[in-house]
Amino acid sequence: MSEQPFEFFQRDRSQQPPAFTPDYKSTTLRSPRLALWSLQNSLSEVTGPVFGQDELGPLDNDLILNYAKNGEPIGERTVVHGRVLDENGRPVPGALVEVWQANAGGRYRHKNDTYLAPIDPNFGGCGRMVTDADGSYRFRTVKPGAYPFRNFVNSWRPAHIHFSLSGSGFAQRLITQMYFEGDPLIPKDAILNTIPDPAARRRLIAALDLNHSIPLDSLAYRFDIVLRGKRATVFENKLEGN
Amino acid sequence: MLDTMQYLQETPSQTAGPYVHIGLIPHQAGFDIFERPFGNVLAGPQTPGQRIRIEGRVFDGLGQVCRDIMLEIWQANAAGRYNSPADRQEKSLDAGFRGWGRTGTAFDTGVYVFETVKPGRVIGRHGHKPMAPHVNVWLAARGINIGLATRMYFGDEAEANAGDPVLNIIEAERRGTLIARREDRDGGPAYVFDIHLQGPAETVFFDV
Ligand SMILES: [Fe+3]
Repeated sequence: MSEQPFEFFQRDRSQQPPAFTPDYKSTTLRSPRLALWSLQNSLSEVTGPVFGQDELGPLDNDLILNYAKNGEPIGERTVVHGRVLDENGRPVPGALVEVWQANAGGRYRHKNDTYLAPIDPNFGGCGRMVTDADGSYRFRTVKPGAYPFRNFVNSWRPAHIHFSLSGSGFAQRLITQMYFEGDPLIPKDAILNTIPDPAARRRLIAALDLNHSIPLDSLAYRFDIVLRGKRATVFENKLEGN
Repeated sequence: MLDTMQYLQETPSQTAGPYVHIGLIPHQAGFDIFERPFGNVLAGPQTPGQRIRIEGRVFDGLGQVCRDIMLEIWQANAAGRYNSPADRQEKSLDAGFRGWGRTGTAFDTGVYVFETVKPGRVIGRHGHKPMAPHVNVWLAARGINIGLATRMYFGDEAEANAGDPVLNIIEAERRGTLIARREDRDGGPAYVFDIHLQGPAETVFFDV
């Protein structure tokens, strides 16, 4: 039996933003300019850390309660849920999903954020969870506000939630952002527009999901995430002796 | 025929932004929220292997120190085995050593630090030599649209490095960007690994 049971599909870079995107100015000095070295997967890429549900606290995926001090945070109560799948359409169980976001006014609880919207004393703005056997995740929060950022003089971010994904292999590592269906700032966003393919951009826009909203309590949005797929390396043995 | 090829497409990446700390290293953002946060200390007191420190800075295209970079490392244990079901090598596994850590470059100095053990050699791809000891590094930040993957090799492993199947495919002029310099300190060896996002000393990043 081979010590390396599988490898990941080559990443389809046409679906991904290039490193240098002039309209998102921060990329100018932080984008590698030389070609990436293409590396066939070894054990170093197909393996990855394992995270257990038992490491997380019971409120880690509840942004309404996990920083509540003297009441609940202000904002539209929202449930975000979906599945983490791979490119073969198979669920990715045990994936670590971490999320962070601004409060309902568009302000982050971060020592470097000086936007004039107020900090919400009851909102931390981060959460984490591990996907279950069918790749599902779910968390509760308040809908984040739009906020301005220094890019062009009048650049605004649409409402968004940052997502970090750790699948079964380190080569599946992914950080992205989720947007909310219908937000008029979406087509103008310099950061979403770093992704050249319009169909790929649309995959970051979560759909309103009334069927999963909680009547008289919370709206719901659905956001499915796809990590890289894998294939077996069974043919390697046949090459032996060549 | 095409209709039957029902592959999904990988979700596009987006920058982690300037506030990545909130989600991934909240203590650095200025608050504590989780009972068991992830951190930069990989090895416990019982972990077998040589204790080492890995530290460095990240530079942009003007040579300025970047103070808001999030870094993760992933490595084998001292026996050369990854703590992952996908590693089927017959080597000892230490359940207490996950082999993964995360930190940010400091807002004031720009320095990042990991405390871990030196990894052993891991088998290479079928038909290739074993890999030299190395640590896989992944970084994300404002201005980085898609996470960057690189590897840190050890400056005091010249013989293993010379036979490494990955280092050997890289042109000699750039190979050095992947090799950390050893410094001997009071607490043990430190390996200094600076990363250049751009510029004349641009680090080799991999499309893995
Ligand atoms: Fe943001």
